[in-house]
Amino acid sequence: MDFSDAFLNATVLSKYAPSILSGVWVTLYLSVIIVIAGTALGLVLACIRAAGLRLVNFTIIVYADIMRALPPLVLILIAYFGLPGVGVLWSSNLVLFIVLTLILAAFAEEIFWAGITSVGKGQWEAARSTGLGFAQTLVWVVLPQGVRLGLPPLTNRAIAVTKMTALGSVIGVPDILNQATTAQSFSGNASPLTLAALAYVALFLPFVLLARWLETRFAWRRT
Amino acid sequence: MDQIAQQFFNLEIMKASFPMLMEGLKITALLVLAVVPLGLAGGLVAALASSARSRWVRWPAYAYVDFFRSVPPLVLLIAVYAGLPFAGIRLDPFTAVSLAFLLNNSAYYGEIYRAGIEAVSPGQTEAARSTGLSAPQTLTYVVLPQAVRNVLPDLVSNTVEVVKLTSLASVVSLSEMVYQADMARSVTYNASPIVLAAGVYLVLLWPVVRLISRHGRKIAS
Repeated sequence: MDFSDAFLNATVLSKYAPSILSGVWVTLYLSVIIVIAGTALGLVLACIRAAGLRLVNFTIIVYADIMRALPPLVLILIAYFGLPGVGVLWSSNLVLFIVLTLILAAFAEEIFWAGITSVGKGQWEAARSTGLGFAQTLVWVVLPQGVRLGLPPLTNRAIAVTKMTALGSVIGVPDILNQATTAQSFSGNASPLTLAALAYVALFLPFVLLARWLETRFAWRRT
Repeated sequence: MDQIAQQFFNLEIMKASFPMLMEGLKITALLVLAVVPLGLAGGLVAALASSARSRWVRWPAYAYVDFFRSVPPLVLLIAVYAGLPFAGIRLDPFTAVSLAFLLNNSAYYGEIYRAGIEAVSPGQTEAARSTGLSAPQTLTYVVLPQAVRNVLPDLVSNTVEVVKLTSLASVVSLSEMVYQADMARSVTYNASPIVLAAGVYLVLLWPVVRLISRHGRKIAS
């Protein structure tokens, strides 16, 4: 069989492009809400940790460690196949959203926390002595300095986690990969997989380049 | 509460599925032993190419790295496992996983090495060359040892990601630990085997994750 016939077959491509495009929307909207919810939750957790309550902090650390040590696929399988047994019936989209949000939140919490601890003690003391409260100091003085430092690793991590939306195809989320494998088995042709790979590159390459730019920019600022 | 214990922490089922999981863990270990050295070696090639002086070497290297950082690992794995047979190349699951992860991991390891190499000041190379070391000797004995030390935490942290990534091999029915756990899950209609697999990952990776966090804080302070 001819190579281009198997991987870039025009008939197959035009027939299955609409279903892969519908997968692009699913991947896109899941990625957007996961990044927003995961980053926000991570930021909130890091702020709570800054309050320095022992038991609360211990819980946050254990949570973040577990989420960072477990493979996302394992968490997805546990949630998707385990929860119905205890009466929780979530759609595969919801399971994927919640699991990936919890994972991103764990990494984001660690990144924000590293940022917060990197801000010198003098900043806290100076801000508090001018009459700002704890929350005000955190929001107006510490976070603006700490978050900036965490921006490059956070971008990289957000890309890594949103790429994991492809794991949703294992539990039936109709994302790009799922649409492509279905189309591939119907058509008996590999072109839908080529199209899927290109769709992912189109979605994620801009952010990979953004992360690269952020890294050079921040490296330049450090010196 | 009892329902949750039954569904996720059923000790009977865990005990019954434990031998299966250990069989799978052997394959997981073999995968890690194949995929990590391949990624480290491939990454070194990618890093050297992307810090080359000629743009005809550098640009393709950047394109390679950015392409494979944009494609999800599972997509790559399925493209290799289910796509390549259309070109007449039929790989067994283990080889397919190794190849897909070589492509993916060498991009990630490559970026880490490159950052490490760039952080070694050019004066080091100049000094080494002026003492009569050849370019390959300078790289091996002077630049790389310092570069690796610069980015050791990132290399370790990426290796944790690679170990976690081997779980994707279950999707192409390679009988590693998650595959075995999922088989046990579908036979027993109970999530406990997968929870047990999660426990094994925790035991293996938690110490490393803790180490990375502690080290990260040391740099920050």
